[in-house]
Amino acid sequence: MKVVFLLAACTSVLAVALICIFLFANGIPAIGEIGVLDFLTGTKWKPGNDIYGILPFIMGSIYVTAGAIVIGVPIAILTSIFLARYCPKRLYPLLKKATELMAGVPSVVYGFFGLVVLVPVIRQVFDCRGNVMLTACILLGIMILPTVIGVTESAIRSVPESYYEGSLALGATKERTIFRIILPAAKSGVLAAVVLGIGRAIGETMAVIMIAGNQPVMPESLLKGVRTLTSNIVMEMGYAADLHREALIATAVVLFVFILIINLCVSALNRRSEHGGN
Amino acid sequence: MAEINTAVAGEKAPAVSGVRRKRSNLLAHPGSAVLKGLVWGAAGITFLVLLFLIGYILVMGIPNLSPKLFAWEYTTENVSMLPAIVTTVMLTGLSLLIAVPVGVFAAIFLVEYAGRQKKLVGIIRLTAETLSGIPSIVYGLFGMLFFVTALHWGLSVLSGSLTMAIMILPLIMRTTEEALKSVPDSYREASFGVGAGKLRTIFCIVLPAAVPGILAGVILGIGRIVGETAALLYTLGSVAKVPGSLMDSGRTLAIHMYSLSSEALYMDQSYATAVVLIVLVLLINWLSAWVAKRVGAKG
Repeated sequence: MKVVFLLAACTSVLAVALICIFLFANGIPAIGEIGVLDFLTGTKWKPGNDIYGILPFIMGSIYVTAGAIVIGVPIAILTSIFLARYCPKRLYPLLKKATELMAGVPSVVYGFFGLVVLVPVIRQVFDCRGNVMLTACILLGIMILPTVIGVTESAIRSVPESYYEGSLALGATKERTIFRIILPAAKSGVLAAVVLGIGRAIGETMAVIMIAGNQPVMPESLLKGVRTLTSNIVMEMGYAADLHREALIATAVVLFVFILIINLCVSALNRRSEHGGN
Repeated sequence: MAEINTAVAGEKAPAVSGVRRKRSNLLAHPGSAVLKGLVWGAAGITFLVLLFLIGYILVMGIPNLSPKLFAWEYTTENVSMLPAIVTTVMLTGLSLLIAVPVGVFAAIFLVEYAGRQKKLVGIIRLTAETLSGIPSIVYGLFGMLFFVTALHWGLSVLSGSLTMAIMILPLIMRTTEEALKSVPDSYREASFGVGAGKLRTIFCIVLPAAVPGILAGVILGIGRIVGETAALLYTLGSVAKVPGSLMDSGRTLAIHMYSLSSEALYMDQSYATAVVLIVLVLLINWLSAWVAKRVGAKG
């Protein structure tokens, strides 16, 4: 029976290996054919003319993710401070459940909400088309809240209570204690939360597709449409063939490499915060 | 902290009430007052956004729920979501059937057997972590390349289920591992003490005690499957019929909603579908909270 358990445990290893093999085997040849530089730094994506440059999508993903972080992370950190240190005891279980619910809402529902609420608002306020980069940033900022809140809250809670009491005893206010003592002590946990949020934002597909406009051009401003790496794959995979199809798989390879780097950062940060805790 | 404050206040200024003391405290430290405002404001924003999202969709969607949205056959006339619901249930069932045994067995290995094989455990943990970070569209592409194309299964419930099974595997593994670890060692020792073997101990003593924890993980997995779109578009497909067999294509509720809302014709039906999805998610969350509560009661 031990062998059966061992085999089951190795499934995840097998799965990662298969994913790597299939993605790279189907994507790398296309990158070779297009040329690494032309593929990664080309600013034009015209499958009809066999021109495949994904820089617009790389920049799109980076801009949208950065925007989501700028909007989402401060709110998330402040909210987790609220949950860990301010929240009335009776309210806490309800709010905790609310953040879990927020994590469980499907991304299509978020996308739909963006489509029917955010897009018209942005259109009115900024007098533009509505489905633009800013909308995507705001929606993704909302979507990463539960992820960042969850990890940050546990990081804040893992700071020893004696830090808090010690600071109060020295006459610092509650706020000063939290922002000058607790948050710095929870630094690596908070950083891991932010990186995790980056991972979620960069990998999000459906919500972005529904509201970001998806023009395959270099993103110019917050009030112009944008297409990310993920939405490029979903938009065109349905009808792509030959080199076009392989170029899309190569896009996924680039995304995959991004995610692997982010994962490595998260596990390095987690290890650091564990050591810090000990 | 309240105790410290009142203790200090009690010694120095017994006449000043707690509330007034607090207020003067904030006036003396305007920076702190601002920060406190920001903290409350941010929390307000977070929970109001959630409340607004759910409220808006329920208010706009419930009036659009009509019996013809639940007709057995999908036509462009009635845009029924029943086939999508049936497909969602099929897909969820099959994915769990694959992922739960594998995930539970893997966790059993990690907790009960792996003991000294640090290197192997490290690799398994690392890959499981990697899996849980991969975006769903990458799973979708992998499923398309492997199950749909390489294994010639086509766009089918089977391809979709296997893709989803891989996707929720790390979740099942992690929650089961935690559940197994929380079973006290005394259970195992007592079982060995009365002469039970290792396997018997695991299946008759440790697993039953860990069931609520495992169940909570499974419910979370169901939530992920129900909400998934990107990984299923190119593995399950988007045919709006009840799949006749595991090799047929279908569409889940989430895909159904995506297709509807991307054709601007069906806004009302999109709202209605969103309501059904939200209610499902609420139900799943409530269920997992209920199970988790039972775990707490037991512990």
